[in-house]
Amino acid sequence: MSLIENVMSAQPAPTEALLTLDKLTTHLGSETSPVRAVDEVSLNIQRGETFVLLGESGCGKSMIALSIMRLLPHSGRIVGGDIRLDGQSLRALSEAEMRSERGGRIGMIFQEPMTSLNPVMTVGEQVAEAVRLHDRESRGRIEERVVELFRAVGIPDPQRRTRDYPHQLSGGMKQRIMIAMALAGRPELLIADEPTTALDVTIQAQVLDLLKQLQRDTGMSIMLITHDLGVVAEMADRVGVMYAGQMMEINDVEGFFQNPVHPYSRKLFRSVPKAEKRHQGLDVIPGIVPSLNQAFDCCRFADRCEFAHDRCRTQLPPWRGKAQSGYRCHLAPEEVPESVAPALPTRHSQAAAGKALLDVRRLKVHFPIHKGVLRRVAGQVKAVDGVDLKIDSGCTVALVGESGCGKTTVGKAIIQLNRLTDGQILFDGDDLANVRGRRLRRLRREFQIIFQDPASSMNPRMLVEDIVAEGMIAQGIGGDRKQRRLLVERLLGQVGMQPAAADRYPHEFSGGQRQRIAIARALALEPRLIVCDEPTSALDVSVQAQVLNLLKELQAELGLSYLFITHNISVVAYLAHEVAVMYLGRIVEYGEVGKVLENPLHPYTAALLSAVPVPDPAHEREVIKLQGDMPSPIDPPTGCHFHPRCPHARAVCRERYPETIEVEPGRRVSCWLMSPQ
Amino acid sequence: MAFQPVILWTDALIYLLLGLAAAMVWYTRRHEHLAAPWQRVARSRTGQAAMVVLLFYVVVGVLDTLHFNPKSGVDDQGEPIYSTEVLSLFDHIAGSLRTQREKTYSAPFATHLFSKENIEQPDGSMLRDYPRLIYGGAHLQLGDDSKLQDIALKALSGALKGGAVWLMLLIVICRANRDRLARLLGGRLRNPWHVGAWTAFGLALLLGALWELSAFYHVLGTDKVGEGVFFQSLKSIRTGLVIGTLTTLVMLPAAILLGIMAGYFRGWVDDVIQYLYTTLNSIPGVLLIAAAVLMMQIYMSNHEDDFNSVTERADLRLLFLCLILGVTSWTSLCRLLRGEALKLKELEYVQAARAFGVGNFRILLRHVLPNVMHIVLITIVLDFSGLVLAEAVLSYINIGVDPATNSWGNMINGARLELAREPVVWWSLLAAFVFMFTLVLAANLFSDVVRDAFDPRLRQQR
Repeated sequence: MSLIENVMSAQPAPTEALLTLDKLTTHLGSETSPVRAVDEVSLNIQRGETFVLLGESGCGKSMIALSIMRLLPHSGRIVGGDIRLDGQSLRALSEAEMRSERGGRIGMIFQEPMTSLNPVMTVGEQVAEAVRLHDRESRGRIEERVVELFRAVGIPDPQRRTRDYPHQLSGGMKQRIMIAMALAGRPELLIADEPTTALDVTIQAQVLDLLKQLQRDTGMSIMLITHDLGVVAEMADRVGVMYAGQMMEINDVEGFFQNPVHPYSRKLFRSVPKAEKRHQGLDVIPGIVPSLNQAFDCCRFADRCEFAHDRCRTQLPPWRGKAQSGYRCHLAPEEVPESVAPALPTRHSQAAAGKALLDVRRLKVHFPIHKGVLRRVAGQVKAVDGVDLKIDSGCTVALVGESGCGKTTVGKAIIQLNRLTDGQILFDGDDLANVRGRRLRRLRREFQIIFQDPASSMNPRMLVEDIVAEGMIAQGIGGDRKQRRLLVERLLGQVGMQPAAADRYPHEFSGGQRQRIAIARALALEPRLIVCDEPTSALDVSVQAQVLNLLKELQAELGLSYLFITHNISVVAYLAHEVAVMYLGRIVEYGEVGKVLENPLHPYTAALLSAVPVPDPAHEREVIKLQGDMPSPIDPPTGCHFHPRCPHARAVCRERYPETIEVEPGRRVSCWLMSPQ
Repeated sequence: MAFQPVILWTDALIYLLLGLAAAMVWYTRRHEHLAAPWQRVARSRTGQAAMVVLLFYVVVGVLDTLHFNPKSGVDDQGEPIYSTEVLSLFDHIAGSLRTQREKTYSAPFATHLFSKENIEQPDGSMLRDYPRLIYGGAHLQLGDDSKLQDIALKALSGALKGGAVWLMLLIVICRANRDRLARLLGGRLRNPWHVGAWTAFGLALLLGALWELSAFYHVLGTDKVGEGVFFQSLKSIRTGLVIGTLTTLVMLPAAILLGIMAGYFRGWVDDVIQYLYTTLNSIPGVLLIAAAVLMMQIYMSNHEDDFNSVTERADLRLLFLCLILGVTSWTSLCRLLRGEALKLKELEYVQAARAFGVGNFRILLRHVLPNVMHIVLITIVLDFSGLVLAEAVLSYINIGVDPATNSWGNMINGARLELAREPVVWWSLLAAFVFMFTLVLAANLFSDVVRDAFDPRLRQQR
């Protein structure tokens, strides 16, 4: 232990913090080889402050929250340290006393609002239950209090909403209900574990805004857990960066964003994709997080740190600075040099314009809804309703939109996993809508798909070799077994994996590695078009950077075209050449990526872009607030689909769907505002 | 040759089953992801104990499956003549247990028959009394009251022999390594093999004592025709196992194929298959079984010449019962697999395979089938005990196995009327109950362990 740390702990804290963690250590699993999920983490949260725990998946940030609530999974236990709430040790409380603290002085909201509510009780009853348990002041006026809470979390028409069941509410509404439940006990501390990760950006903006406003009104402290630097900049007063179960850096938000000290924090910043980084590679953190079932006697980041020296590999790094702000590293701040981003090979000269590789015309995919005994068609889910799209060879077109807007359906229709209802998909001149059977099977070589979740996109019972070679076998290429093996090894090398990986099973790899294997699998058939369906949204920032770099390199090398389906605007800015914004089954704006992102013409695009949190606390942004949620594609609004939420809606918007207007060459918008009349 | 091997229909299927099991073991050992759940099974104490008990039953069942015709003499040319009687290796080992028949009922460890008979005295007068048994306790002197002591002594010596056999077996398993033996029994190995070893020890003591005693007494009494109940109970093991395993084997191909096809293809294929199993499911199972078995019975009595021996006929009826039970019981597995295939179909690796242009049949074989196998396995072990019990119930209402076949159901059926007697004839019923109960309990415990080890959802919760 370092000298500084001793001195630090000897001094009394300047003001008594609301929550103090003192060397909290939590283990999971067996006694003999425990997983050290949380390793001597110390922090304190002042009253009225928002403290953000930032870290990648598996770094132990959720375990801290569960340790505070004493809600650890069955195999977990707190083995050391102390948790003090307002000077009182939570570890010393009995289980009965702890129960009144949970939902009382400490409220908690979780990532998944869908599974946190009981589907057979009305939301009003569920909130009332929390009020009854934890709010003595409201005894006798529980219903009133419930409506009050509903109003506080911004639910329109609260009286009526209390009688709704969870399935009648959208994801954003459910998260509001969860917040209302957490507020029922008038908490002094609210723990929010990734509260917006499962939500769309426009909804995320609403929920974050709500949290800030509630904090202003009630003066509670918030401990927010997230992996998103944008959310940190938006919300935090102070930030704690976790890595592999340990606190790496604590700083106030301005200091953290202006001058992150720890090499890991710096790397995190540099691996976030941005428009300005378009022409260079993203900085990546090589390697993977070390396994936590070992006792460390060195810096746990040393293997991935470019500045690591001998001391880092032999000694535990000391905590430098104070409890309020400091970091854990062998290097002094001035010793940590700036690193340089890797250069990317220059892009392939773009193919001659005009000859599009893929030309989608008026694509419609409707799913019939069957009803009754005779299963008559009662309606259509118009998932995709007239989409035009062109992709040149060697180009990346991004398809952006919130969940449920039909962007994945477009992707699946293009590679013929969904049958289209109407329209044309011209791939290099062939209309895929008319190709069936054997010819379609041959054509499948040309276009491939990469899925979102690398965990479920590979058969867990097959070796990596068989997974990568599957397409070759199906297409009858690649020669015999030996030749195929060589090809597989070459492909794995191409995506930066060892050839030996071929003999292992997918579960032995991390998420990023698995996504590389998925890319290798898609490349095996030498396709010309790859549909990337949110390929990085299940990955951590540093791993996302690795995959994005790889995709960019492959494009430069092989002249691939990508249809990049995503909801992540910063990835679009970094990777795409052109962008199409989708809303409720139709493309509302289309154009070159720089122009669309800098000067959005459609009100929806503008709102979407404004809702994206920017990783810069100094950045003042005006969030264009959208009313409500996206309507159902079963029964889209008449006229412009966007008009019920549009701040600029006019009479004509309610009557007719706007024509698509070519504002300038290659820039199309569907909005009455742009129309010359 | 002193015997001529006979392979009955069920024997052939049991060999097939053993072959499949061996192939599965071989395949599993080479695939780490398949072997992992079995290692979890081996790590469970309950699993260890249940496995030993099941192993005992399986060994008896397999010994009873190796059938042959013994040589009965030599003909004029010196060629051996074989008897038409079909014996099993187990019959051979049991030896006197099989042949020592009394006249009728006798209680466990009795020296006299259960009912009074007229006995002719040496002086020619008739006396009505309980006659002395021919074999049971025949070595005791008349009027000797040392029976209890004799039983205790014989039990002790039998238990000692059993213990010795157990120790020798362990020494062989540990390859005569003392250190390894000590670690095994002390529970210092990674898996709790010591639980299995000590269960086997208990079993060895019990069996040793019973075996020793059964040479001198009828340890579980005799039945109406004087046959030893202990022997009957042991012979019934094979019947129970056959019903429990062959039924599953018979229904498995249909259930798996139809289930995953229905879930994967949807559309009219799904409609047809669903229609098939919902219809089949709504026919009362017992009625269907009764009708089929009665038809079989008529056929057999009309074509008696087609069967070489009673054993062969009884065996065919057993197989037929397995078939008909299989037909009525595949629907639940089929339904489960359909649901799972529906889920798998939407998974991204299946979608990716479709994007590659992989054929449907190949997708079913490589992507769907291996990922539903855990459900199949769980269902097999869960169904096993239910089927063993079903046999007992069916035999009890006379639509089960042939009356000539030893089975727990037949034993219970036979004992049913005697329960009304005073004093009660309880031992047949109790013996059948204890043997069946032990098997089903062990199977249930084992299936719980298997389910815990194979079900991915349960694994996450730990």
